[in-house]
Parts: sequence; C-alpha cells; structure tokens
Amino acid sequence: MRAKVMEPFTALRSSCVVLPAENVDTDQIIPARFLKTIERRGLGAHLFADWRVDAHGQPRPEFPLNSPDARDASILVAGHNFGCGSSREHAPWALLDFGFRAVISTGFADIFRNNALKTGLLPVALSTSAHSTLLEQLAESPRAQVTIDLETQTATLPDGTAHAFVVDPFARHCLLNGVDELGFLLEQDAAIGAYESTHTSRVCTR
Amino acid sequence: MTSPRTLFEKIWANHLVRPETESTPAVLYADLHLVHEVTSPQAFAELRSRGAPVRRPDLTLATMDHSTPTTPRSAGRLHVLDAQASAQLEQLETNCEEFGIRLFGLDDSRQGIVHVIGPEQGLTQPGMTIVCGDSHTSTHGAFGALAFGIGTSEVGYVLATQTLLQRQPRNMEVRIDGVLPRGVTAKDIILAIIAKVGIGGATGHVLEYTGSAIRSLGMEERMTICNMSIEAGARAGLIAPDDTTFDYIAGRPFAPTGADWDAAVVRWRGLSPDETASYDRSVRLDAAGLAPMITFGTNPSMAIPIDGRVPYPTDAGSRAERADLDKALRYMALEPGQSLLGRAVDVVFVGSCTNSRISDLRQAAAVMRGRHVAAGVRMLVVPGSQNVKREAEAEGLDRVFLEAGAEWREAGCSMCIAMNGDQLEPGQSAVSTSNRNFEGRQGKGGRTFLASPLTAAATAVSGAIADVRSLS
Ligand code: SF4
Repeated sequence: MRAKVMEPFTALRSSCVVLPAENVDTDQIIPARFLKTIERRGLGAHLFADWRVDAHGQPRPEFPLNSPDARDASILVAGHNFGCGSSREHAPWALLDFGFRAVISTGFADIFRNNALKTGLLPVALSTSAHSTLLEQLAESPRAQVTIDLETQTATLPDGTAHAFVVDPFARHCLLNGVDELGFLLEQDAAIGAYESTHTSRVCTR
Repeated sequence: MTSPRTLFEKIWANHLVRPETESTPAVLYADLHLVHEVTSPQAFAELRSRGAPVRRPDLTLATMDHSTPTTPRSAGRLHVLDAQASAQLEQLETNCEEFGIRLFGLDDSRQGIVHVIGPEQGLTQPGMTIVCGDSHTSTHGAFGALAFGIGTSEVGYVLATQTLLQRQPRNMEVRIDGVLPRGVTAKDIILAIIAKVGIGGATGHVLEYTGSAIRSLGMEERMTICNMSIEAGARAGLIAPDDTTFDYIAGRPFAPTGADWDAAVVRWRGLSPDETASYDRSVRLDAAGLAPMITFGTNPSMAIPIDGRVPYPTDAGSRAERADLDKALRYMALEPGQSLLGRAVDVVFVGSCTNSRISDLRQAAAVMRGRHVAAGVRMLVVPGSQNVKREAEAEGLDRVFLEAGAEWREAGCSMCIAMNGDQLEPGQSAVSTSNRNFEGRQGKGGRTFLASPLTAAATAVSGAIADVRSLS
C-alpha cells in the first residue's frame, strides 16, 4: 500500500488571480533569502515578496495578489514559461501555502513542472488561444470561476467552453490518488538491486 | 545492429533500471548525488518520517555553499550571520552524520560550491548520471556526464532509492565552429547561445555542444558553457569527452587509478555521438563572429554584444515579449537604443559556479595586474572552492586582487544568490560573472549585468561597463 502523502486532486472550481507576465522565474516566486528555512510550510507569507511589497515594506496595491479577491482564489493564471530558473521546490510550496492548487499558463519550465506535480500543485498548460480567451474573459469579469478537472484533463472557462490539457499519466495517477512517486520507487527495490549487480559503481565518496 | 545514437541517448540507455512505458516514466539510476544545505533538509525529514535509510551513501556527497558566508575564516570556524542560516548548516551536519554521508563542511579543506568541487575532486566522470538539488547541475555535462537539477522531493527519492522517474527528454545539437576572437570567452559563447535560443527555447531538451570551437576549449571553459544550459530552459548540457577531459581527470582524488584508469579511458572513448546520429533540433553559431557579451535585462537571454545597443521593445515579436522587455528596461533603468559602455556600476562580482575556477581568476587577474579598482566601486573576488583559493594564492593572484583594491573572499556562492550576507543594496548595479540577472537575484532592488571575468575586471578598473578589447 502506498501512503497518501498529499491531498488528492480531483476537480477544482475557483476564481483566479491573473499575473500575465511571461518567464516568471522562481527567484520572483520566492526570493532566495527565504530559502534558509528547513520547513516546507510558512512560505506563503513570502510568495512574490519583492513584487507584493515595496522598498518600505508596504503592500503594492496594484499587484494582483494584494487584491482582496485574491485570498479566495485557488488558481493562478500566468504567462508563458512560468517557473524558470532555480530548482527550488520552495516555489510550489509557497504557492500552495498561499492557497493555490493550480497554475494555468501556456508552458512551464521543466523542473518547476516536476516539482509542482510532486507537491500537489497542478500545472495546467493550455493552448495559446485558450489562454488568451481566458485572459479576455477574466478581464471582463475578474471574479468569474474556472473549473479544472484532472480526471478528464479539461479546463472549463467562465463562458462554459472546455479546453484540454495534458498531464503525464503517472503524475496524474499520483495526484488523483494523493500518493507520491517515492512509494512506487521503493517498490522497485528488486529491479534496482539487479541493476546495481550488473553495473559497477563509478565512484565511491567514502 | 543498434541505430546511430547521440551521446545523450547512449548515457540514457545505460542507466535505465526500467524503461518508460505509456503509463510510467523510466526509472533512471543516479551514479552520483550531490547534496547541499538549502534543498536537502526537507528531503532528509521525509526519509526520517518514513523510516527509510539512504540507499547508497557511498554515491552521495554533501557540501555547504549557498547560505555560507564568505567573510574571512581566520578566526577559526566562521561566524554565520543569522540564526536561520546557521540552523540550516547544522541541520546538514546532523543529517550527514545520521545517514552516514560524507560532508565537506566549512572546516574541510575541500569545501566549495557543489559544481566546482565535484569535477575538482575527480568525482565527475564521463558517462555518469549526476543529480543535485540545484539547477546548475548541468555544469557536470562538460565531462560527458548526464547531469541535471532536481527538486527537494526528488532529492528524497534519490536518497532513498538512488533512482528517479523521468520521461526521456528530446535532444538538441548546438554546434559552434571557428576560432574565438581575442577577448571573447566561453561565457560569451553561452550568453550568445541563450540569446539565440531564448529563455525557454530549450525546454524539454538536453543540449549537446559540438563543433571545433567547443573542442578547442579547456575543461573549465566547457563547464562555464554547460553550467548555463539551464538558462535556455534545457534539462542538461553535454560535451563528448576527449583527451582534454581525460587529462583533467587524471590524478584527481576520486579518479580511477592503474588498470581501472586504463579500462575507464577505453570506456570513455566510446562516449561520442555516432557519426550519423540525428537530433530533434539543431542550432549553429560561428565563433569567429562573436563579441564579448553582456546582459541588459532581467533574464539571461536578454544579452547583446558589449558594443551593441539596448533593443527597442517596439521591435519585439509579440505583445507579451514587448511587455516583458518594457518591464526589464524599467527595472534596469535603461533606455532603448542606448549603449551599455560607460554605464557606471557600484559592484563587480567575480565568482559563482559559472566563473570561479582558477582559469577565471587568472583571466580577471591578468586585467587587474598593475591597475586599481575605480573609486566608488566595490569588487568581490570569490573563489569557487577552498582548493581554488589555495591554488590562486600559491600563484599570487590574491595579491593582485588585494593590491588592486578588491576583496578576496572564502569559497561559496556569495553574491550569486544573496542569501549569505553578500548582496547588492536596492538600486545598485553590478557586473557579475554569475548566471542569473533576475530581478533581485543579487539582492532586493539590485541590478545585474552578466558578463565574463574579462569584462568584469575591465569594468572594475574603469568604474563603468567597459570593453576589455579597448583597454590599453
Ligand atoms: S554559485 Fe549561484 S548558481 Fe551556482 S550553485 Fe551557488 S547559488 Fe547556485
């Protein structure tokens, strides 16, 4: 039996926060000075710290995450190549800790996508046209809701149109069931042992 | 007969514990796992909560670099600036002790930036798979090792099982032929490549660098190139090993010896792409046409030749790109069409896993010798490891930097990441030899111009962004 390690992800219906910038890097999502923690929790307070707060420590009212509606939103809608840069898993941890369960974009950086899937944050890559349609609809009605269904891999926009997205089948299985990959890898013990017996180690660090 | 394969495909195939299927990714074996203080604590905690041991401590090595201060350690064990950083360093010591992992800690003469010490110790060898909770793990690809960054969950998976679940990435050839002009270095090559491919242009790909210009580079220069592969979004960068590689590895502490060495070299010689192997994509660059490069914006793809002009956002391909560029120029306080030459800077940083090795320090020192850091400029020179530091001191490079008025620091990530006390103040500008110019990367509100050690040194003595080719 594999242990349930995260909240299973099935369907999500929520309003959105829109952050249309492209190439949002993980240094913006969670600046490095907050990486001195040895915990996973508590990073939401520093999510987008340098964009949310000005040089005098005051919240910037124009920043989307500071809008009063943002607190109820579980979906972040961002521009292309979201999560580029460092491998810090603190980025998805911070997004989750703030209250997000999914990020919609047209593309994600590889390591960010991997990290997000492993922590229960769903990266939803829509086609460019579906993404622009969504941005237009949210510009018109900012509090409109979007439904993300992982089972059917569809995102339903405020106007009711459904758009497909793809998640790796294994990651999808893990998310739907709230299990992580470690359980699966631990079950591969015999195969790993067999590999080790036919491939001599290249180095010994001891 | 097997079909022709790229270098990447050969290494990939050799590390499959289980091939991928429609429903499950491949189970890939990691030959070496490097660990540091920032991305590992939560992974060790996970192992502890499951009661799982580290499967192969003998294939694991830890060091301290990110949150480690680089102020002089003359007073014995260094004083760590804040309680959180010191708790993080202590946690790594506890974890390594408890799980039986060798640690090159702060008092170890082999401590240094994780991507500097692996190669330096001879741990990084051709044909291996190497992982680390750090995106610049791509550095090790310079040896023909498939090396990539992973997140903390995956750090835990590798500690527990020595394996990872991975879908096979695609493969892109980056071919650079020709002879580099004077004043143009490996850093300029990779900045030019990233500018050409784009910040996310290599997402999902492993890059293989080929061509005569790559062959003519030394190992440290090859590391500089592979190091920044991630800045184009690539999973990894690879360079096929050759005699330059073998000469570099020979005699290093963890390198094979005697008959093992001979057998290893025979094996390593087989690690080149087959003549007729094909790639999913290819790009080409002519080395002879390159100039020293410098970034002007807030991601590493926003780079121009040092004598070039800041681009006009109105020329951008899409509305989103234009917005991106507008935002970057506003942050950097630059105008479209302007030249960067002569722009005043506050700080010059020579260091990071991109450019902190002995050849980088030699290049910077050659420019600094007999010159002085300009008034009002602070210059930090931070060797990548304690070994590099000793080697530089034996050659007298520390004297060159100190006499020129620069600071000579202890080994660590330093101002590359600004989580250890070395950082820019809001509004300050720096020319840095590191790898990321993201907003606030070197300190909240700081502005970063990425360039080579030659350009950094020329800038330090000029007090403003300078072209090393025009220093007399
Ligand atoms: S020097 Fe910079 S990029 Fe390299 S490992 Fe350290 S923080 Fe990361």
